Amino acid sequence: MPLKQTPLNAAHRAMGAKMVDFGGWDMPVNYGSQIDEHHQVRNDSGMFDVSHMRVVDMKGVGVRDFLRYLLANNVDKLTISGKALYSCMLLENGGVIDDLIVYFMKEDWFRIVVNAGTADKDIAWMKQQAAQHAPELDITDHPELAMVAVQGPNARAKVWAALPGSQELTEKLVPFSAVEMGVMFIARTGYTGEDGFEIMIPAKAAPFFWASLAEKGVKPIGLGARDTLRLEAGMNLYGQDMDETVNPLESGLAWTVDLKSERDFIGKAALLANPPDHKLVGLVLQDRGVLRGHQQVQTTHGAGEITSGSFAPTLEKSIALARVPKEVQIGDTVQVSIRDKMLAAQVVKYPFARNGKGLI
Amino acid sequence: MSNPANLKYTASHEWVKTEADGTVTIGITQHAQELLGDMVFVEGPAVGRKLKAKEECTVVESVKAAADVYAPVSGAVTAVNSELDSAPEKINEDPYAAWIFKMKPDNAADVAALMDAKAYQAVVDSEAH
Repeated sequence: MPLKQTPLNAAHRAMGAKMVDFGGWDMPVNYGSQIDEHHQVRNDSGMFDVSHMRVVDMKGVGVRDFLRYLLANNVDKLTISGKALYSCMLLENGGVIDDLIVYFMKEDWFRIVVNAGTADKDIAWMKQQAAQHAPELDITDHPELAMVAVQGPNARAKVWAALPGSQELTEKLVPFSAVEMGVMFIARTGYTGEDGFEIMIPAKAAPFFWASLAEKGVKPIGLGARDTLRLEAGMNLYGQDMDETVNPLESGLAWTVDLKSERDFIGKAALLANPPDHKLVGLVLQDRGVLRGHQQVQTTHGAGEITSGSFAPTLEKSIALARVPKEVQIGDTVQVSIRDKMLAAQVVKYPFARNGKGLI
Repeated sequence: MSNPANLKYTASHEWVKTEADGTVTIGITQHAQELLGDMVFVEGPAVGRKLKAKEECTVVESVKAAADVYAPVSGAVTAVNSELDSAPEKINEDPYAAWIFKMKPDNAADVAALMDAKAYQAVVDSEAH
């Protein structure tokens, strides 16, 4: 099967990107040095093509009630138009179908952004649930929308310079909220631990927008640096840190699950019935080496496993997220099996880095 | 960057340089460093360790992935480039200067039998298909 391409495919190639098969998409992994790209975002500004992610609009009377039931986080927290909420969408058994961002636009319109690799399954699930609980809703995905994330301390100023009229509209936009600008949708969100925007734009207009940003000095950033940036920022990656076989409470996502309100939601009963015996923690490697996903972790309370690990360019250390027995505490030393050795790692509170600075 | 003509090569992307004293110096090729990207960790073999040809003896790790480095021929490790402990990125900057370890081969003829630059380039080209 040929790889799927975003509207920016030719632009990536022209900028010297090294392209890889990323879940069926032909995507840039870097444009030279992944570490340079990482620092570029922490220190200045960079742009990411995230057009492979999918926008899904839910429209109609009763959409809020439906989302109250569909999502583990509570959309009742969204009262101001444009405000966003991060949430998991769960199976009945509490397993994570996907993590997503939902934007409240109007009482009869919520916009959801889901992961690329899970988009088709997500939409099928949404429609299946809607058929039972809210058959009048219109659920439409928008593969024709491209998405560009511009991230870094100088990201917003450079977007304003590249996009006439955007400053007036978005200067007062609070973090984790969005506003429409004509055919564009500008959200002050991201996946790097830095300030910036994620911007949805019709596919046809995307190459011009990308070129305008480049002209203002925004550097293209590949998926390689996207992964180290999000890991330092302590943000989960679906498919690695959680999936359908684990629930959000054992994936560091309890803060996104509203178990306090009376509201019922899919997966709630399973979460209440099965208190987690594992949790997600941060690790910093004390010995020389590199932590990677699937490495086994030994603790005094039993075994665990790294879910995501890498060299962290901001910290110049190797860091990881690991699922370990719930008795493990911050400050504990654990052993990680790397090839034929057991290396020491310290359990830490994450995020590891935010807003240009290491926190460890 | 082309592959220097004065070196020998392996299909597993090591380069091998014969020194005046009969030892060989080993590193990874331009193609290998390009595939791996930014290097962040190199774990060389212990000095004195006896290696068999094609034995895994070193790990190089980039941000992206870990890769094994193999002994090009049988012999004993005589030196390890400790400079790479604190500066693994030297492999990216100049893979043919940033050597990883040195060996004394059991048989000089084994080194002579390795690929030359042209034969190695054909291997690289065939991987790119």
